Order: sequence, then C-alpha cells, then structure tokens
Amino acid sequence: MDIGYDAAHMLGAVVLLMSFALLYQRRIFSVITVFTFQALALATAAAWQGYAQGEPHLYVTALLTLVLKAIAIPLALHRIILRLNIQRTVDAALSVGLTMVAGVSLVTLSILLVLPVTTDAATLTREGLALSLSVVLLGLLMMITRRNAVSQVVGFMSIENGLIFAAIGVAGMPLIVEMMVAFSVMVAFIIFGIFLFQIRERFDTLDLQKIDSYRGESR
Amino acid sequence: MFLVAAAAGVALRRLSHAPLLVYGVTGAVCSLLVLWAVLRLAGGAGVEQAVLPLGLPWMAAHLRVDALSAVFLLVVNLAGATACLFGWGYDRAHAAHGHGGDQGPVLPVFPLFLAGMNLVPVADDAFVFLVSWEFMSLASWLLVLATHREEETPRAARLYLIMASFGTVCLLLVFGLLAGAHGDYSFDAIRAQPPAPWAAGLAVVLVMVGAGSKAGLVPLHVWLPLAHPAAPSHVSALMSGVMTKIAVYAMIRVLFDLVGEPAWWWGGLLLAAGALTAVMGVLYALMQDDLKRLLAYSTVENIGAIVIALGLALVFKAGHTPVIAALALSAALLHVINHSLFKSLLFYGAGAVLSATGTRDLNRLGGLIHAMPTTAFLVLVGCTAIAALPPLNGFVGEWLLFQAILNAPALPEWELKIGIAVVGAALALSTALAGACFVRLFGTAFLGRPRSPEAAGAHDVGSAMRLGMTVPAVLCVLIGVLPTPLLRLFEPAIRLMVEAGPFDDRAYQPWFWLAPTSAIGNSYNGLVMLVVIAGLGIVLVAGIHRWASARVRRSIPWGCGFTDPDPAALSQYSASSFAQPIRRAFGTTVFAARDLVEMPEPGDTRPARLTVSWRDPAWEWVFVPVVRSVERLADWLNGLQFLTIRRYLMLMFFALVTLLAIVAVVQR
Amino acid sequence: MTAIQAVFLQLVQIGLVLAAAPLLTGWVRWVKARLVGRRGPSVLQPYRDLLRLLRKEVVLAHNASWLFRSVPYLMFAALWLAAALVPTFTTQLALAPTADLIALIALLGLARFYLALAGMDVGTSFGGIGASREMMIAAFAEPAMLMVVFSVAILVRTTSLAEIAVTMTDGVGLRVSLALALISLLMVAIAENARIPVDNPATHLELTMVHEAMVLEYSGRHLALIEAAAMMKLLLYVSLIACVFVPWGIALPGSSGAAALGGLITFAAKLAAGGVALAVFETWIAKMRVFRVGEFLGGALLLSLLGAIFLYVSRGV
Repeated sequence: MDIGYDAAHMLGAVVLLMSFALLYQRRIFSVITVFTFQALALATAAAWQGYAQGEPHLYVTALLTLVLKAIAIPLALHRIILRLNIQRTVDAALSVGLTMVAGVSLVTLSILLVLPVTTDAATLTREGLALSLSVVLLGLLMMITRRNAVSQVVGFMSIENGLIFAAIGVAGMPLIVEMMVAFSVMVAFIIFGIFLFQIRERFDTLDLQKIDSYRGESR
Repeated sequence: MFLVAAAAGVALRRLSHAPLLVYGVTGAVCSLLVLWAVLRLAGGAGVEQAVLPLGLPWMAAHLRVDALSAVFLLVVNLAGATACLFGWGYDRAHAAHGHGGDQGPVLPVFPLFLAGMNLVPVADDAFVFLVSWEFMSLASWLLVLATHREEETPRAARLYLIMASFGTVCLLLVFGLLAGAHGDYSFDAIRAQPPAPWAAGLAVVLVMVGAGSKAGLVPLHVWLPLAHPAAPSHVSALMSGVMTKIAVYAMIRVLFDLVGEPAWWWGGLLLAAGALTAVMGVLYALMQDDLKRLLAYSTVENIGAIVIALGLALVFKAGHTPVIAALALSAALLHVINHSLFKSLLFYGAGAVLSATGTRDLNRLGGLIHAMPTTAFLVLVGCTAIAALPPLNGFVGEWLLFQAILNAPALPEWELKIGIAVVGAALALSTALAGACFVRLFGTAFLGRPRSPEAAGAHDVGSAMRLGMTVPAVLCVLIGVLPTPLLRLFEPAIRLMVEAGPFDDRAYQPWFWLAPTSAIGNSYNGLVMLVVIAGLGIVLVAGIHRWASARVRRSIPWGCGFTDPDPAALSQYSASSFAQPIRRAFGTTVFAARDLVEMPEPGDTRPARLTVSWRDPAWEWVFVPVVRSVERLADWLNGLQFLTIRRYLMLMFFALVTLLAIVAVVQR
Repeated sequence: MTAIQAVFLQLVQIGLVLAAAPLLTGWVRWVKARLVGRRGPSVLQPYRDLLRLLRKEVVLAHNASWLFRSVPYLMFAALWLAAALVPTFTTQLALAPTADLIALIALLGLARFYLALAGMDVGTSFGGIGASREMMIAAFAEPAMLMVVFSVAILVRTTSLAEIAVTMTDGVGLRVSLALALISLLMVAIAENARIPVDNPATHLELTMVHEAMVLEYSGRHLALIEAAAMMKLLLYVSLIACVFVPWGIALPGSSGAAALGGLITFAAKLAAGGVALAVFETWIAKMRVFRVGEFLGGALLLSLLGAIFLYVSRGV
C-alpha cells in the first residue's frame, strides 16, 4: 500500500468535491467559504507533492495558494460584498439539481477522455489529469450557470485551481510559480472589474420583478 | 383449439352461456399448454420442428418449439388461464350490473388474441412470425375497440393501429436484412448465414424500434398507456402483462439467436434505452390519476428493467463472459414471468375496483380496504411484488439484475464500465420511485376515507374474479420464496441463448437457496427471510400480548381539532397531492409540471383548488416534430395532384431513370 | 460445532440489537442536551418511555383497518431482522448468507413501504403529508445507498456483509470512491433516520416533520413498536457504517470466543463515537426546508455515482 499515492489521490478528491460544493451553494458567503476550503485542499496537495517529489518550489506554490487564495481573496471578496451591498443569493441560470447532474456528466466525460489516452502513464498522473480536467470543467460550468459576478469570479478561480492541480501532479513541471503569479494578477483585475460592474448589478437588482423572484421559493 | 373457441364465441354470442363456454374452453386450453410447456422445460426441452403446408403455395409454414419458446408459451398461457377465470367473472358482474356496456365483441376476439400470442413464439420463419405478430396486433386492436363507447377509445385505437403498423414494418425490414440476398426466410437459414456486420447492426436498431414500439420503449411508448387501459381489464392485463413480453421475445430471438455474434454497442444501446424507459415510465406513472393508465405506465417501467437486463446479457455475451450473461438473461426471463404475474394481478384488481365502483379515477376512490377486503389484500400483494420488496418475486429479479450489474468490471470497454454504473443508478432510482408509485396507488385507492359515494358503496367482487386474482398472487409469493426451481426450469432456454447457465452444476446447491455462480459468492434466500420475519413477528406479538396493555379505544382521528364534515373527505391527501414532492423534485424539468393553487379570499366559501399541469416530453420532442414534417410532406405531395399531364410524365420518367441507375450501380 | 456457534452468535446478535437500540438513542439525546447546556435525561429514558407506551391503551381511529394495526409488527420484525443481519461484533452469523447488502436495503424498503401505507390508512392530511414526503426522500436515498453498495461491492468483489467486513479489515487503502461513498452513506443515514437537517425528530410542526407526521395516529403499544423500530434503524445505520468503513475489532471467521467479547467492546465504543458525532452534527447544523431535501439527497445520489465512476480511475479495478 502506497500512502503517498493514496494521500495525493484523496486531496485531489477533496478539491473536486469542493467544486461540487460550489455548485450546490445558494448563498454567496457559503460559496466563498467553500472556495476557501478548496484553496486549502489545493495548498495541502501542493505541499504534499513537494514533499513526495522532493521539489522545493512546490512549497512556494503551496504557500502562495494558501496566502492568496485561502486568505487574501476570500477576505477581499467578503469586504467587497459587505461594502457594496451586493445581492447575497446566488442567481442560478440552471437549477442546482440540474447543475449537479451536468457536473457529474462532465466528470464522467473527463474520465472517459483521460483514461483511454493515458493507459501507459503512471496511475497517479492519469488520476491527477482526470481530476483536474473535471475541476476545470466544473469551474466553467459554474461560470456559465451562475449569473452573479462574484460567483463567476469564484468559478474562474476554481478553473485556475484545476490547472494548478494538474501542474503539481506532474513531476518536474516548470514555471508553476510563475503561472500562479500571472493568474493571481488576472484575478485581481477581475475583482477590480466587479467594483466597476457593481453599479450595473445594483441597478439590475432594483428591478422589482426580480426582487419578487428572490423571495425564497425557487419556483 | 383457439379457433374453435373463437368460432364458438361468434356462433354463441346470443346464447346466455356463451361466456362460460368461451372462457371455459380457452382457459382449459391455456392450462393444458402451461402444463405442456412446464413438462417440456422440465424434460430438458429439445427442439421440435414442424412444417405445415399452409400459406403461400411455395412457402410452407415452419413451426418450431425450443426452450425459449416454451418459456414464453408458459408465460402467455399462465396469464391467459387466469385471464379467462377473471374475465368470466368480470363478464358476469357486468351482465348483472348492466353497466360497462356490451362485452359481446370481446368474446370471439379474445381467443384469437391468445392464439396470436401463442403462435409468435413457435414461428420458425419470418413469414409465420410476421403473420402471427400482425394477427396478435389486430386482435388486440379489436379488443381495444370493444368498449368504443368511451370517448377516448377511438383515439387510443387509431394511435395503436398506427404504431402497430409502424412496428410491423420495422420488423419486416429486420427480416429482410437478416435474410439478405439469398432470400430464404426460415430462421434456420438465417442462423446458418449470419448477416454482414452493418446489416446486423441495422437489424438490431430496427428490432429495437419495431419490437420496442410494441413493448413500450420510451419514446415509442405513447400509444401504450392509451390503448392498454381502454380494453376490458382482463384484456388490459394480457396486453400489458403478456403482449409486451411477446415483444421481448422478439428481441431475444433476434438479438441472441438470429443476428449472430453480437457487438458490444448493441448492448449499450439496449442499456441506454432501458434506463431511459425505466425512469421515465415510473415518473409518468407517478403523475397519473387514472388507475389503469398508471398500471400501463408502470408496464413501461418494467419493460425498461427487462431491456436493461437484456442489454447486460448482450454486452457480457459480446465480452465473452457467458456465465455473467446467463445471470443477466435469467434476471430478464425471471422478470418477464414476474411482471406478467403481478401486472395481470394488478390489472385484475383494477378491474375489480372498476366493476365495484364504476370509476378508475384514483381521486374518486378510497377506503376500499373495508368494503373489498379480499381484493385489497391481493392487490397489496401485487403492489409489494411490483415495488421489488422482499420476500416477493419482484425483488428476486431485481437482485439478480443488480448482481449482473456488479460484474461490470469484467468488461473491457471503459464506456460500458462507467455506463453500467449510471444505468445501475437509473435502475435503482426507478425501483425506489416504483415504491412511491405503488404506495400512492394502494394508499389512495384502498386506504383512507372514500372520496365519492360510489367508493363508499362498493362491495367485494364475485368468487371467480377473486380466484383469478388469487392464483397470480400465490405464484408471486411462491416464486419470491423459491426462485431457484423456476430458474432451473428456465435454464435450457438460457443455455440455448448464451451457451452457459446461471448455476454451476459441479457445486451442490440446495433447491431453496439462490446462489448463482457468477454472483461473486453472494446468495439470497427469500424462504429463510420470510420464516425469520414471521418468527420474529410471532415472538413480538406474543410478547406484546403477554406484557403490554391490550386495551383498544376507538375515536376520531386527530386533525388538529378539525373534523372534516365533508362526506367526500376532501381534506385527506389525494393522488395528486401525494405525488407533489416527487413531481416537484423531478417533474419540473422533464415534464414542465406546474402546480396552480387557486386560493379563495378569506370569507369566501369556495374550496381551494390545486390544478396540476404537465406536458409529455415524448410527444413534444419526438412526435410533434414528426407529425409536422409528415404534414408538410403531405402538403407538398398534395400539390402533385394538380400537375399537368406533361409534368406527371416527367416525374415518372425521372423515377424510372433513377431506378435504372440504381439497378445499374447495384449490378456492378 | 461451528454451525451451532453461528446460531448462538446470531441469537446473541438478535438480542443485542434489541437491547442496545434504545440505549443508543438515549445516548445521542443526552450528548445533545449536554452540548446545548442542559443536564439532559438519563440515557435510560428511552427504555422508560417505551415501557410507559406499552402499558397505555391504544386509541384507534374509527376507520383504521387491519393494515393499520398489523403494520407496526411487520415493520418492527423487518427492521429487527435487518439489524440482526449487519455484523456488529462478529461476522459468524447464521443468517449471513440469507441476505446480502442489496437484500438488506430492500428490507429497509419493505418497512418503509408499509409504514407509509399505514400513514395513509386513516385518511387525515398529516398521514398523507408524512407518507408522501417519506417516499420522496426514499426515492433519492435508496438509489444513493445502492450506489454506495455498488462502489463497495466492486472494490471488495462481494455484496455479502460478512465478507465485506473481512476484506475491509485487511484494508483496501484510502480510496476516493470509498470516501465519496462514505459521505453519501452518511447523508442517506441522516435522511433515513429523520435527523436534522432533513427532519427533526423532536417537533410536531407539520411543516418540518416527515416521519412524525406519518405516525401521528399511532398510540400505545403500536407507537412503542414504531418508536423502538426507529431506534433500531438508527442502530442499524451506525453499525452498517461501522461494519463497512471501520470494521476493525469485529471477530473474524475462525476466531475464538474472546475475539467475540473484544468485538462487543469495540462495537460499544463505535456506537458511542457514532452517537457523539451525530449529536455534534445535529447541534451544529440547521434544519433545511423540505424542498431542499431533494437537492441534498440528489447530491448524495450523485456523490455515490461519482464514487462508482471513480472506481475505474484508481488502481486495481
């Protein structure tokens, strides 16, 4: 029994599970909390891989993920939501149940894609690829099916998480740190974008008919 | 024999004893055939062929009885015998009450229908097969028309005729493809010369469409829930419980016997269609308020389960694991006989309810357990069986099916491995929903308080009808408790189709224990389960009566201080309200189901009303587009009527040239 | 000799589940009370409640049928058998080959089916509400549980509970599938036992209740049986999860009487731990709206399906 393998596998599953949890949430704050957990899992996975592969730069990745994604960005999003009084419920274009079904189909699809292609690869790599492809697709799904700006940003960041997960799983992948920094800058820009687009979102929300539909009943 | 009975039916229509005679003779013939089929199967079921100089002069009719035919003959005639018993009682009840109209047309056609269903399994060439298939379809069509006074019947019959013809055309093409160029339509010749892979694949798709439309595969099921309930109940039972099985027979015969070596995607196709059918069928059933239509939709669900089992058998056969294929096929065959038993039982129950109350609307029934205790008990047995609960027979089929599903890792294809997991989830979902569906059926029709004066004034039905229901109920319990002897009986048929049996004969297995070889050492024993539950129950009852208080006081039920004065008992849950949570969870997307609550203002004395609306996706997505394009085509063709002679000639000329060109290409 | 031993151990098991079920419920209630700062009733309180109920007279509605009166016995017997089939302290049970996990789930379905019917028997709104919601929950929970079985069974190549316990004791490693299956099974267990956040066993508000609404018409000895059956079901789920996911300590085939005793002690410890976990979870979480339950359990179903799919990603299958 290979504990290193099992632990990496498990951490990947947690990242994926959190992607599903993101789709399941209906309140913006829970979305952010779940995203924090995903980032934590990713940081742990990166650190574990750093230890298992003996690659010190993966520790840097882990640290960056921890500081930026698990602490800084969630805090910033919290503050933005409170300050700008952004609507607190997730506005779903597709109901939660259907989104989850679509999510499972996407995971199946990515497994079916990855498995036959990588029959010769090491088991760990193929699993890592299957998992990260699923996370990326689920992030895309979240961006498509959720109308709020904040949810879309979180969806984008979970796509990025998926990519990083793929990168750390492959031994000897260069430039992970650089990639992360680049992504983080992009995320920062998007968060600024929310500030700008906020005005529009607020006007949307003043629409009475729309408020009516937020009374709680989903249908 | 059936023809004699039918002739008697025609001749003696005017006589008062005609029903007894027709049903008596038909029932006797059916019972004899059951006995004969069992004896054949028990005796190892060799192949017996006969050539009759019937039909076209240069084409003699080939008949053949092998183990598979025998199994299906058993299924047909077992249900046929009970249907005769029940039908006789039903007929008498109608004659006594006078309502329900003239059952006269049923009499001569009923034996013909049974004859048709008996002929299909013994047919040994495409010609006899198609003729008897069509015979069966037309006879059942006439039976649907028998109660033409009801307003929905003509529509049902018309739709049925269209779908049946469509199915026959598909089957015709299947045999055309299988027979290929040499044009010998006897099954032996087809077996001897398996068709090319493309032809075989096309034949598989066509047989799924052709036989599937008769069996009720979604989305070809639309005629079924209209046509099956329109006939008298014992005929509905035969149509739902048996005629769909003949369609299953056609699938098995073609897929496992005639087309040769299977490809894995055939089974995949069956699995997908079966999973869709199972889930959609039970969801439809959950939204029905009409007792018989609900049962018809539940048939669709069960056909889905059977087709899943067939698909599994086919993929395992294609994957060269015949032992597992045998397991799946035995699940399919067991479910075939199980479903024919409990579905006919439930249709008889519906007939009994109909004859006692005059209505099939669940929202007008209720409380029948007091007025019709025997019927209620028997229907309860049927509901328990169809909900796949142990220790009854429905569960045994389900168990075997799941054991086959658990063998998915033995397959080489990734798509199938993962697909079978999804199919397993769909099957489990449909089983659980079936449980909800039959709680709803029994709970609203038989429990609670009567919702209409007719339900309140009901009386239990006559002894012939009750006996007709008792036989399948007893068999349901018996097969549930002792499935192994029955599976042993089916073993020759399974060996014939997949070249392996479900049991390992080298290991000793007692006859009361169900432990198939390929089920990874798992076993199930309904007998022990029943005995232990009964034992624990006795201990419990004895203990409670020894030590606990035995006092009972009768009182009014608790409704937060509100006693419902309404004799129609409107405050209790109705069939529609029972289904509401499930409708809300599943129906909003698939069926676009909407609940419209009409709530009067305070002080207004009108009752609040809940209106449920939903749409049928099969109609909306499949049939409406087809009908539209057909209409457009018809419009276009209509334009052809007003052409000049010159243009007609031109059209014919081009047609001729095209044909010649095709011939030229083919000749090369 | 071993046959006699198996029968003896089976009898012990039948008695054990009967005796321990109220204790577990009492324990959960006590821990919950402690967590919210109450002193809480004694852990033996459920026994007293049951005895009190047994001594009371039965108040039946005028139109209650024979079904209504016989369901408590049937349901209790079915759940009793189901609980006796799950290996708790030993795998050497005489009834083990009678029913595997699939049959066990169906047995739970049998109890639920008849209880829902009994809920509809009297014809009040409450019974109908409860029955219809219970069946909606079951429509998700049962397939989710079967998919859990699917994952486990494919991994250990059997659906027999005793065999599963044996193989899992040897260890199959940390598996994503198993983790997903465990989460799904926990969600199902919460829903099936009418615990928070799906249902609240402590309320009688019609908007929040499922199970309680269904059994509202029951009283006296019938109610005692139903309550006891519910306790048995809780015990069953805890021991099922313990048997499949933490089987260590169960006496394996061919072991001595001392191992069985050790199995008893570890089983008690597992029950206690399970009870604490349940109490903590229930105190921590808030009840959800009934129509979120569909999503919650649909999530469980999809998770278990995902677990089954991930089986093929990992090694060895």
